Amino acid sequence: MQHYTMNLNLKVWRQKSGTSTGGFETYSVSNISSEMSFLEMIDVLNERLIKEGGDPIAFDHDCREGICGMCSMVIDGRPHGPWKGTTTCQLHMRAFKDGDTITIEPFRANAFPVIKDLMVSRSAFDRIIQAGGYVSVNTGNAVDGNAIPIEKEKADDAFAAAACIGCGACVAACKNASAMLFLSAKVSHLALLPQGEPERKQRVVSMVAQMDKEGFGSCTNTYACEAECPKEISVLNIARLNREYLNASLSGS
Amino acid sequence: MSWSNLFSTSIGKKLIMSLTGIFLVIFLVVHCYVNANVLFTNGEENFNRAAHFMGTNLLIRVTEIGLFAGFILHIIQGYKLEWLNRSKRASRYAVTAGNKTSKWYSRSMALLGSLILIFLIVHLAHFWVPSRITGLEEVTYDGKPYHNLYLEMQHVFAQPWAVALYLLGCFSLSWHLLHGIQSAAQTMGWTSKNYFPIIRSVGQAFSIVVPLIFALMPVFMHFGWEIDLGSITLLF
Ligand code: HEM
Ligand code: SF4
Ligand code: FES
Repeated sequence: MQHYTMNLNLKVWRQKSGTSTGGFETYSVSNISSEMSFLEMIDVLNERLIKEGGDPIAFDHDCREGICGMCSMVIDGRPHGPWKGTTTCQLHMRAFKDGDTITIEPFRANAFPVIKDLMVSRSAFDRIIQAGGYVSVNTGNAVDGNAIPIEKEKADDAFAAAACIGCGACVAACKNASAMLFLSAKVSHLALLPQGEPERKQRVVSMVAQMDKEGFGSCTNTYACEAECPKEISVLNIARLNREYLNASLSGS
Repeated sequence: MSWSNLFSTSIGKKLIMSLTGIFLVIFLVVHCYVNANVLFTNGEENFNRAAHFMGTNLLIRVTEIGLFAGFILHIIQGYKLEWLNRSKRASRYAVTAGNKTSKWYSRSMALLGSLILIFLIVHLAHFWVPSRITGLEEVTYDGKPYHNLYLEMQHVFAQPWAVALYLLGCFSLSWHLLHGIQSAAQTMGWTSKNYFPIIRSVGQAFSIVVPLIFALMPVFMHFGWEIDLGSITLLF
């Protein structure tokens, strides 16, 4: 694709802290390369803001290669921007054209409180994992990968579910701020494998309870989560989560 | 975890929607089957006899109580769920993805449900109240008296506004089910790689065909149309 440069108008959500009220500020940036990543474009703006003595826009990022799940922001109404199956750091400026106005907001959900500007706390996810998203036996050294035979199909499904990076885009995209795609990935990943079997029932019940305590909504199956998930986690995992939950509850775990 | 918690969690609330929704769908099948009589020749007698059976059979009357309970539970839980889910995002987005990532009707279940509710209230006032409480004119077949519910339908559907309202009710139902049926299956955990496409297709077909048959009834009654089946008696 042809390289080009562009001038853009950015409407960015600025909020000093979790307790202050925020609002949009408008910035124009010029000479942005189509080969830059979206975060690099914000870096350019931030360097200018620092030089001018202003407050740079706070946003989360770490790996900048689509694996850490930190770069949460909503771009023109889309968590991680308009591209399918990517995080913000993987979004490139060629997704935009000269003269565009881009609205950038933080992930919005009561369970993901804003820390500053575009930065939110996703600690609620950590607490859900702490409620049961692990195997508690001491496994010692890593064993040979094929020591325990697992059906190919289950291994594939478990692997696909394990791809979840806990980025929270599913919550940000859902009209109910539901965390069911995230939870379904975590529950599926372990429920499909023999290592997860002993704690299977207790796990799903505890994790659902923690999810509710954190203030996420119910899933109404609009599937906006799947459409926005950078790892394209399937909503069929949510059906599996519902099955696991029903099984565990009916058998009185 | 005890049984009592099953329905109180976020998943449990959806289980109630799903179970009551599926129950209402089963009711729709029976209701559609019985009423489809009015579309065909000799509709008056066939329909009145069928309605008589439905109104007098003990088992069906008991099920009717369950039906009312199912409706009430579905409606109350539906509004509660909508209200709870809305409360989970106190500060709203300035820009939303809209139809790019989900279907409008999947996001509008409470609105579609409310339209169905308005229809339902008028519908009960039109037919359920006179046939169970205030009384209807009677006809006799083979020397036995029957409520002439068919005549009541003719009266109601002579009014264009009633036809329009019933059509709106059918449209709303169709959209509600288009999302609702696969959603109920997903909530119950019935969907999987192999079954999801089948469940979705069957659900979509049902959501279009059944409301369409219902929609034909006020239109046929209004214009006095009927389908000639010759000597075949359709139902009952
Ligand atoms: C009378 C007024 C009604 C209201 C206010 C109402 C409201 C709702 C609401 C708010 C939902 C939840 C949306 C979701 O979870 O995605 C829902 C789901 C559903 N409704 Fe209704 N509804 C009504 C009537 C009906 C009727 C007449 C039927 C069927 C004949 C029906 C079948 C369903 C089904 C199958 C679902 C999906 C359950 C699930 O998602 O698990 N509803 N309804
Ligand atoms: S399911 Fe997808 S969108 Fe949700 S946290 Fe995991 S990777 Fe992110
Ligand atoms: S910065 Fe790690 S996924 Fe974007």
